Amino acid sequence: MAQSPEAVAIVNAKIVTVSGPTIARGTVVVRNGLIEAVGENVTVPSDAWVVAGEGLTVYPGLIDPLSTVGIAGAAVATTGTGRGGRGAAVATGAPAAQAAPVERARGPEDRPATTSWLLAADELQPTDRRIETVRSAGFTTTATFPTRGIFAGQGSLIDLVSGEKSGDMVVVPSLGQYISLSRGGGFGGGFPSALMGVIAYIRQIYLDAAHYQLVKDAYARDPRGMERPVYDRALEGVLASKRILFPANRLVEMDRMLRFAAELKQPVILYGAREAYRPEAVELLKKAGAPVLLSMRWPEAPRDANPDDTDSLRVLEQRDKAPSAPGLLEKAGVHFALYTDGLEQPRDIQRAVKKAIDAGLSRADAVRALTLSPAEIYGVADRMGSIDKGKIANLLVTRGEIFDDRTSIQMIFVDGRNYTPAAESTGGGRGMMATEPGGNR
Amino acid sequence: MTRLLLGLLVALAPLGAETIVIQNANVMTVTKGTFKGSIVITDGKIVEAGEKVTVPEGAIKIDAANQYVIPGIIDCHSHIAIDGGVNEGSVSDSSMVNIRDVLDPEDIAIYRALAGGVTTANILHGSANPIGGCTLPIKLRWGKDAQEMIFKGATPGIKFALGENPKSAGNPQGGRGGGTVQARYPATRMGVEDVIRESFNEAKAYKAEWDDYNAKVARGEHGLIPPRTDLRLEPLKEVLEGKRYVHAHCYRADEILMLLRIADDYGFKIRTLQHALEGYKVADEIAAHGAGASTFSDWWSYKVEAFDAIPYNAAMMVKRGIVVSVNSDDAELMRHLNTEAAKAMKYGGLTENEALSLVTINPAKQLGIDNRVGSIEPGKDADLVIYDKDPMSDYAKVQKVLIDGTVYFDRDTDVSNRAAKAAEKQKLLEKERQNQPRGGRGARGGQGGQAL
Repeated sequence: MAQSPEAVAIVNAKIVTVSGPTIARGTVVVRNGLIEAVGENVTVPSDAWVVAGEGLTVYPGLIDPLSTVGIAGAAVATTGTGRGGRGAAVATGAPAAQAAPVERARGPEDRPATTSWLLAADELQPTDRRIETVRSAGFTTTATFPTRGIFAGQGSLIDLVSGEKSGDMVVVPSLGQYISLSRGGGFGGGFPSALMGVIAYIRQIYLDAAHYQLVKDAYARDPRGMERPVYDRALEGVLASKRILFPANRLVEMDRMLRFAAELKQPVILYGAREAYRPEAVELLKKAGAPVLLSMRWPEAPRDANPDDTDSLRVLEQRDKAPSAPGLLEKAGVHFALYTDGLEQPRDIQRAVKKAIDAGLSRADAVRALTLSPAEIYGVADRMGSIDKGKIANLLVTRGEIFDDRTSIQMIFVDGRNYTPAAESTGGGRGMMATEPGGNR
Repeated sequence: MTRLLLGLLVALAPLGAETIVIQNANVMTVTKGTFKGSIVITDGKIVEAGEKVTVPEGAIKIDAANQYVIPGIIDCHSHIAIDGGVNEGSVSDSSMVNIRDVLDPEDIAIYRALAGGVTTANILHGSANPIGGCTLPIKLRWGKDAQEMIFKGATPGIKFALGENPKSAGNPQGGRGGGTVQARYPATRMGVEDVIRESFNEAKAYKAEWDDYNAKVARGEHGLIPPRTDLRLEPLKEVLEGKRYVHAHCYRADEILMLLRIADDYGFKIRTLQHALEGYKVADEIAAHGAGASTFSDWWSYKVEAFDAIPYNAAMMVKRGIVVSVNSDDAELMRHLNTEAAKAMKYGGLTENEALSLVTINPAKQLGIDNRVGSIEPGKDADLVIYDKDPMSDYAKVQKVLIDGTVYFDRDTDVSNRAAKAAEKQKLLEKERQNQPRGGRGARGGQGGQAL
């Protein structure tokens, strides 16, 4: 399905570079998986396969900054600030490497729900069907994380090429540690069972990691007469992580987790951020300067709820205003990106972005929040996130403006390889279509 | 909306250096008698209280004619404003957890307690284990963030628990779990005692290790690796050093004595006995130890160990020289602690002032914050409650609540805002209904779905 000629030139297309001004009519040349040239007056190489770009728009490939795509059978990344799943201790269907103690944890020393040493890059399964699904929605890249447990493991930045060796997919092996506040347990069910237990555990881990490093260093300097430090893979995984991802949906949680990260002296990215629309939250995030990954799964009224039960004003307000968060954060200059939060179908993704656009986010900023911004957040804007010479040739070619319901995706280039989007599995509806829309005006 | 309302309230409330005078009130100072007069507040502190006061020029005046002012109510035992579980019940000793980490300043129970006249609450871990989590008092500064709720300068605490709760919490089958249930130690009262002693044995060794290390550093030794910081033993070390108060959940007389013996053996003090429903049986021993007792007015028989409770408990303990408070342990009960305290006048014949002390100066003493709050005296924080009637009456309603001189609850404002809030809610509900796709929500496929 991937056709990869030596070089490809998309000519006479509108090019949304994201990093600079949009080129109304220009050419992009792709060679060896990289963008060889882009501009209004680019000479088309003689060996290039030429795509007539009239009526087409070229965007940088979308980047999902928090995903589980590529790890088959992985749970959808959730903000996990509530009770959810037993974590690694009882993870089922997880890769063999995630096998963690099944015994009930009796405290932090048992390292409950911890697989901090796991690296998504090592767990990749190129056969994961979701690779094609999300690629057909325009995603060329995902920051894929193990998400089970408290210290779930380290995420990797992967390009969604398929049918290759998993190593070919990896752009950056370790992006940082995914931390959730998931807990199971309860009375007689193992530590930690309450949120404060999870927080205490995380704090103890960082204290232990600092101490561990101290002891290891001393031993490395002079092992004679010194007891050998006990190898602790949980701490090794934490020490290998250059940043942490913390969940925070409510304003209270954002405040709490930002303070906690500062206490731990860890560079932090917040994910979730459902209440980021609140003025206090915007102010807080702006002041903290930490990047934010906003979930595109906007809160909705529960289906089939008792019509006589009305939600509180606070909850109603949350549902009404949540999609306005991206626009507000953009205006305030908060560094944020959007993540799919388990949305996979092109139509669902298009609708979610459209909601944010309708609530005040400009289309250009919406594109940025799914391309250059995530690249910047992970420090890879030097190789992806925009259409610039020398960057990885991750491109999205559409007919019509991106995130419009009648727009169709024509081509997707990942590492310069051309993929045709798959037809939607639950066809029939409207949305940013992978195939030509069937009528309806 | 609450935010909006609050913003309004706070905006209306006097700021910083401004002076407020509450005039013509029946002032119940608790420690300095009751009189008809005024209270002068500057910078959030009470500067003067008396029948005649000097009213500075430009002072904001609150007329409290025919109304009653008392010090803000202090609840020595509350579980409001906690996110994600009140108990870390998975282990017998969970001293590594801290309520400070999970304060939820947006818990509506805070506002409701505030509307019941409470200005300070001791937020406790639950009673699922012999040694629970670290605790702290907060001021109910509704609208502020978690850090701003914390009662700065107050000695933090730790929760202990004895009796039925800790022994049954991890043992759904009474400790006879067998193979199917993973029972959590302990399952008996003996076990509860053992857990506490074991933990303090460890804490003493831990403290010795650190003391040794610190001594070496002080002597100028270099290149030492410090001991590992253990978050479970740190708070117990602080208890041994007198830097952290023990608030112990207990019911029966025998277990109260047991705990006092442990404390004596290890050289620390029990700051408060929480509930202590059989405290009246061992009042002299409690008084001798110097522990305070924080009890219910008349809540009993909800479990076997609460069968011997009597409503005279508070009054009897007061008369034996114990610092006694009446607490809520409950978000609803928390809203009428004034009448809970008043019950000690009926049962046990305390004076009005003694009864009022049970929810003001006494809990302040128990929490070591009586230099700041608990009575109306110059120099203390302006945490005040204005009632329309005598606060010992069932009919008394809170009119205004001030913390640090700022109005955090105003009954008139609250009442007048209700219609606007209801309308706002209705509007949002209406909007949501209109945005619903026809044919019900579930129409995911888009057939007949809404235009985007």
